[in-house]
Amino acid sequence: MPDNGEKARRGRGVSRRDFLKASSVTLSVPLVLEQTAAKPADAGARIYGPGKTPITLLVNNKKLNTQVEPRVTLLEALRHEFELTGAKRVCDRASCGACTVIMNGKTVYSCSVLAIEAQGKSITTVEGLATPNQLHAVQQAIVNNDGQQCGFCTPGFVVACKALLDKTPNPSLEQIHRGLSGNLCRCGTYVGLKAAVQEVAKGGRRNA
Amino acid sequence: MPDYKWPEAPKRTWIGKRVSRLDGPDKVSGRAKYTYDIKRPGMLYGKILRSPYPHAKIVSIDTSAAEKMTGVMAVKVIQGAGKEIQWAGDEIAAVAAVDEPTAEDAIRAIKVEYEQMPHQVVDTDPKVAEAKPPVEETKGDPEKAFKEADVVSEGFYGSNVMTHCCLETHGSISEWDGDKLLVHISTQAVSGIAGQMANAIKTVPASNIHVKMDHVGGGFGSKFGPDRWGIETALISKMAGGKPVKIMLERNAEQAVAGSRPSAYAKVKLAAKRDGTLLAWQSEAWGSGGPGGGGQPPLPYVFVFPNHKKQHIAIANNVGPSRAWRAPNHPQAALITMGALDDLAAKLNMDPLDFFLKNIAMTGQRAENYREELLKGAELIQWKKNWHSRGDKAAGPVKRGLGLSLHTWGGRGHESNCDLTIQPDGSVEVKMGTQDLGVGTRTALAIVAADTLGLPLDAIRVRIGDNDYPASGGSGGSTTIGGVSSSTRRAAVDARDALFAKVAPVLNAKPEELEAVGGTIRVAGTPARSLTWKQACAKLGGMPLTVRGKQLANQSDLTNSGVGGIQMADVSVDTETGIVKINKIVAVQDCGLIINLKLSESQCYGALIMGISYALYEEKVVDRNTGLMLNPNMEFYRLAGSGDIGELVVHMMTGPGYDDRGVIGLGEPPVISPGAVISNAIANAIGVRVSTMPFTPDRVLKALEQKGGSNASV
Repeated sequence: MPDNGEKARRGRGVSRRDFLKASSVTLSVPLVLEQTAAKPADAGARIYGPGKTPITLLVNNKKLNTQVEPRVTLLEALRHEFELTGAKRVCDRASCGACTVIMNGKTVYSCSVLAIEAQGKSITTVEGLATPNQLHAVQQAIVNNDGQQCGFCTPGFVVACKALLDKTPNPSLEQIHRGLSGNLCRCGTYVGLKAAVQEVAKGGRRNA
Repeated sequence: MPDYKWPEAPKRTWIGKRVSRLDGPDKVSGRAKYTYDIKRPGMLYGKILRSPYPHAKIVSIDTSAAEKMTGVMAVKVIQGAGKEIQWAGDEIAAVAAVDEPTAEDAIRAIKVEYEQMPHQVVDTDPKVAEAKPPVEETKGDPEKAFKEADVVSEGFYGSNVMTHCCLETHGSISEWDGDKLLVHISTQAVSGIAGQMANAIKTVPASNIHVKMDHVGGGFGSKFGPDRWGIETALISKMAGGKPVKIMLERNAEQAVAGSRPSAYAKVKLAAKRDGTLLAWQSEAWGSGGPGGGGQPPLPYVFVFPNHKKQHIAIANNVGPSRAWRAPNHPQAALITMGALDDLAAKLNMDPLDFFLKNIAMTGQRAENYREELLKGAELIQWKKNWHSRGDKAAGPVKRGLGLSLHTWGGRGHESNCDLTIQPDGSVEVKMGTQDLGVGTRTALAIVAADTLGLPLDAIRVRIGDNDYPASGGSGGSTTIGGVSSSTRRAAVDARDALFAKVAPVLNAKPEELEAVGGTIRVAGTPARSLTWKQACAKLGGMPLTVRGKQLANQSDLTNSGVGGIQMADVSVDTETGIVKINKIVAVQDCGLIINLKLSESQCYGALIMGISYALYEEKVVDRNTGLMLNPNMEFYRLAGSGDIGELVVHMMTGPGYDDRGVIGLGEPPVISPGAVISNAIANAIGVRVSTMPFTPDRVLKALEQKGGSNASV
């Protein structure tokens, strides 16, 4: 399975799903986290905080500057500092996908990425997909197939669907389920979401 | 007397068609603003300190450290010394600070001394719990019926407490401007909030409270009131000089205290003749929904027995209180009743489809609808081809089975007022103090107005989600669609007729000879004698035309009550792992005249998915020793994902006999049966009843073990 919809949790060196995969496949083999293996603090490591620290984020191709405490997540920075409120805080611990954004081409749970860690990365949020006059093909297909009800999980699913289709333009049903498996919906819109992905794959209008 | 009745099928341009939701583009683009997304100028962030104990007395509370913290603008004790706390997570104190992290720090700085008291969180056994006196009812002569029966079947069925798990947690933002209060709130009752807040705050009249909400991220029955934390936003805003204060619950509080569905357990005994004729029902039921004891499932469900004896015990315990959960008490009643009937059919060696059809008259006046729906469902799931007697005899560990259930609901439209304005330039606006929970309320208002006025959908500007607009009922009991479509229809008919009266002289016709079709006002059937909509509206002169459509409670010319539906499930059970997999679920549902077919189907798909979720995964696990919810999150409180749902088929009953009943609500009925059909399909697959929902692998394996192991003959 390619890493469509994979929610890489930066800074831990391993995605939550990789961890679950590894830990469920064989509990007896210790999971080796190369990048997080305990080692003494790097003399060259940058130390932030404890107060507010200036950061620059590249969001939807725009450089955005603000000051946040180091404990502030990418999700809270997007929402509080830049009024990008499409991504939502729902579970707040990388379970539900409502905060999904794309970082350097991979979907991440922005609730579990620190804003300071997201510097220097290219971040795409749901607000970055549509032009003022036209929805992205994935967005239009979700409207057409009613892949949304209350709509609170929808921005996360839009981003997950786009990332899935970017990597796998013609996904099988199994690939769709895996691509969307990092996101949860309470109203039960999976039937419409699946149809929407299939509509785009079958040649529904696609924007870059 | 104006003719409000719904147009006949050939005359409907929008009603009953598949229309995409009008706010869909706002939602997919992230533009839709929920209460959680609202940021007011100078807004403070509030947090609530909650009790860590399920039963305790507050000895003392010290807020001084929190008050001294930089950035903390208000600290308020909600329940102080001497108060007795009845559940873990109850509100103790509130703070407001300049940002969320500071508010969290302030909460941690409040010191509370508790005197712990004995608690009780068990609901699975009325003998060990503090129970209210049983409610008992007897009808006919059940004792005699059981004596004379050819077959008596007994079983035990249960449904655990689960939560609403709204993705947008409960919360609100309050701010004062002098003696006026502005409230943004995540709610199912835009028009009902001000009165409730005024009652609680006491110093502000309801007419000074302005309530707003554009979108709500799920409610499912849990968001009718302002809640104590919502009242606190107003009170601590006042302490902070009127600045906006926002409190949205943390996920753990949402799961623990902001919504749960009561449990229900029942021992059931049924009596029947050998040919399957049902004679008597007997049940001893109990359940809990926290301190209040929870609801009482309507047993026996749908089927009215000639003889019954039933008892219900409400258990009061120290768990966060229950709230109305989508079709309150019905999913539990369906699980218990349909499970018991299915077990009886198995004992009689009858196909449950034949057994249900044989007794269908016992469902009352809608029996013929149920018959029609059962036959349709059987066709869609190929029941006769795929059904086998109890216990799949196929080789291998994976067993497959079918189950069915039927359900009922009311759904009559609630009281609703609608203002419709036609401007002289032809623009049209509909205003209503209602809300769109994701069911498509906005779209429904536009459909009804556009259909009545002969206009395209985008000609109607819909404004909802504000208590400055005409009052409309809360979204509960599946009453919204009937209420809002009826009041909109009345407003649109009255406005259209008033416009006809204005333009009739221009067209040399009588008003009653006119029709509004395809963007024109014309003499019926005579396109040559017509005005465009714009030309017609210009005849209004300088004044816009505004009319109020009123739908009264229990007014039934446009809406009705009483729907039925049936569902059938095809599942596979791995008898080695205990994992249940959904292959297919079929839902056949009626709801009177459908306003928007696409969104009606969405409601049914969504209900099936929510049903699969509660049937297989969802359980509020409360620790017996600490009284705390162990899974107040979304990792261990599991929701079904896109890969868990199998193939879903929805068939809406429409046409003569259905459309002519008027508009009836749909939000609740299709979520009633999924637990029952999955329970019955599992029993059919593995040859033994898994008594308690959710049907998790451990429970499936335990049931198989009690039967004698997965390989035992069935």
